[in-house]
Amino acid sequence: MPDPDALPPLSLTVPEPEVRPGGQPDFSHVAIPRAGTVRRPPVDADPEEIRDLAFTIIRVMNREGEAVGPWAEALDFTPEDLLEGLRHMMTLRIYDARMLNAQRQQKTSFYMQHLGEEAISCGFQRALAPGDMNFPTYRQAGLLIAAGYPLSAMMNQVFSNAEDPMRGRQLPVCYSSREHGFFTISGNLATQYIQAVGWAMASAISGDRKISAAWIGDGSTAESDFHAALVFASTYKAPVVLNVVNNQWAISTFQGIARGGSGTFAARGLGFGIPSLRVDGNDYLAVMAVAKWAAERARRNLGPTMIEYVTYRAGGHSTSDDPSAYRPAEESTAWPLGDPVLRLKNHLIRLGVWSDERHAQAEAEILAEITAAQKRAEAIGTLHHGQHPSPVDMFEDVYAEMPPHLLKQRHEAGF
Amino acid sequence: MARMTMIEAIRDALDVAMGADPTVVVFGEDVGYFGGVFRCTAGLQAKYGKTRCFDTPINESGIVGAGIGMAAYGLKPVVEIQFADYVYPAYDQIVSEAARLRYRSAGQFTCPMVVRMPTGGGIFGGQTHSQSPEALFTHVTGLKTVVPSNPRDAKGLLLSAIEDPDPVIFLEPKRLYNGPFDGHHDRPVTAWKTHELGEVPEGHYTVPLGRAVVRRQGQAATILTYGTMVHVALAAAAESGVDAEVIDLRTLLPLDMETVAASVSKTGRCLVLHEATLTSGYGAELAALVQAECFWHLEAPIRRVAGWDTPYPHTHEWSYFPGPARVAEALRQLVEVA
Ligand SMILES: Cc1ncc(C[n+]2csc(CCOP(=O)(O)OP(=O)(O)O)c2C)c(N)n1
Repeated sequence: MPDPDALPPLSLTVPEPEVRPGGQPDFSHVAIPRAGTVRRPPVDADPEEIRDLAFTIIRVMNREGEAVGPWAEALDFTPEDLLEGLRHMMTLRIYDARMLNAQRQQKTSFYMQHLGEEAISCGFQRALAPGDMNFPTYRQAGLLIAAGYPLSAMMNQVFSNAEDPMRGRQLPVCYSSREHGFFTISGNLATQYIQAVGWAMASAISGDRKISAAWIGDGSTAESDFHAALVFASTYKAPVVLNVVNNQWAISTFQGIARGGSGTFAARGLGFGIPSLRVDGNDYLAVMAVAKWAAERARRNLGPTMIEYVTYRAGGHSTSDDPSAYRPAEESTAWPLGDPVLRLKNHLIRLGVWSDERHAQAEAEILAEITAAQKRAEAIGTLHHGQHPSPVDMFEDVYAEMPPHLLKQRHEAGF
Repeated sequence: MARMTMIEAIRDALDVAMGADPTVVVFGEDVGYFGGVFRCTAGLQAKYGKTRCFDTPINESGIVGAGIGMAAYGLKPVVEIQFADYVYPAYDQIVSEAARLRYRSAGQFTCPMVVRMPTGGGIFGGQTHSQSPEALFTHVTGLKTVVPSNPRDAKGLLLSAIEDPDPVIFLEPKRLYNGPFDGHHDRPVTAWKTHELGEVPEGHYTVPLGRAVVRRQGQAATILTYGTMVHVALAAAAESGVDAEVIDLRTLLPLDMETVAASVSKTGRCLVLHEATLTSGYGAELAALVQAECFWHLEAPIRRVAGWDTPYPHTHEWSYFPGPARVAEALRQLVEVA
């Protein structure tokens, strides 16, 4: 053993992002393979033999808007399916813009948008079947939109009006719809990740055919619940897809703080023997292709899959956030994987089933549809105006049956 | 003296402590470069370097557990949990470890750590940005629990907490970060910078742990309260016309029973007020203590006014927490008891 006193004193490493406000955004260190170059293994591949997929980025659409490579070939979607996918993404984007604006007008207390991340939730939902269950975070409203959940219901919740399906109890973006495979969102990060695994285990225990999908952000993978989920998923080979959305930022904290500068988020699954893939999260086709691969593994009882979506949170963390305080304003435009909506649009134009004119027209249609829904929702009420759920609702659903002490409090409150 | 917000006063306390003592380290989620989502640590990394003020992974159990290890080494960690609602993953580290380190090592290892967290509602934060978990901490032996109600106290109490040889839970009512709050959501908010309690002495001073303060003198009844509810109690006392004395407890454990007993013995009537849910709340402890110490002076049963026993709702927060009208009504009933 070397004499400890002969060594220089220790010093602490605190990871830092490459640039801060005022600096020049630089993503040259993000290694991005050409579209179509990453192999597609069979779904029952030995996890040991596909370890490399946790370190690369699976991409399908190239710069020209063509779908190329083995993952593209395995896609069995029609152009109509893709047009529908584009519509989901455009809807989410326009919905976000309207709700963000509504927050600025104090019609709601708070909002969180998905700008730049639309392909992930909208694309993934296409791999699920009715009865499957997502355990989402606040940044996957696209799962609801792609599952056909009514926009008006979402808005009623955002405005906390009398028709709010959560009856004024949840934050505006913490939606919930059992029917649409959308587990109720918790504000406490990562708690849902292990619950998704439990749900999948229950499906297996019951001899069912349903699978679940767990969702988490890059920052939240640091939570102990994330690691608990990996332990349970790998131990019991639960039929679950373990999604990690790496949008580079957790509020002001860059992804390296959760990861420590080593490996990738996908690589976290490898220590547990879980097949783990990294995918271009701004590539709708790649998202769908990988989601289908993972869902098939789960359905064929081959166990969990971990997927890291590489993307960028182009907007603020929430309406309470000011990203210009911690990252260069131009960083989102420097992000090398492009805009997911534009990329699918270009692909569809390339296929000959879409055009700039039709895109502009669709945008106008969706905007009109959303504006109309918003008018209806606002006519019922917004945070400070109109009709709200009754405060008596506050006392219900605490227990299946209201216990005497709560009943007493309800009377005391005047209800 | 400068007039400042509670956010600025907390930052000032951290600055004073870090400047005077190189063993003080500050960390938590978004605490470093950005200075925390409420900006309580803004500028500290630039001033003291990134190994004394830094961002952590999002892992509350890790933040507190690492803090315990650092404290055992000899540092004085002041850690931030982004919202009190997120302290539960760290609960095991706080309860089983921090609180008992001195005891179970027969004094060989100690834990001079402060765990800061924004607490309470009134900002439309919904059920995961509004909770008041103080009773979960006062129930744990080995911890001290502090809840300031204004900038001057926040700075002085935080400096005491940092200098304390044991772990201290420091709950910051986030509704008071920028100004006092009388519980009326439709009235303009006063800023601390225009309010006498926004006056904060410069440099080092302490407000000792375990000392309550009388915020309003009165003869007819005593309101025992802390944090945001101090301001609601003052508004309710004024609105009710009851000559109520308002006691700001400032630290819940250790509790200043002397001030409490003196006041209740004088007025003969006691109302306990907190924002946290009623059942098994800190108010139950206060009521039990008051009844044991002041039984022969009491002229009416002790009343408790608190948040309803439901999760904190988003839209109905004005109906949920005890507003001045509810408190005033309880006060009137309290003094009517013959
Ligand atoms: C247990 C817990 N700790 C802290 C927070 C506060 N918080 C809310 S969102 C967030 C950042 C999450 O970042 P990430 O997981 O990367 O997801 P993103 O917002 O980027 O989608 C933090 C720290 C919380 N909600 N829950």
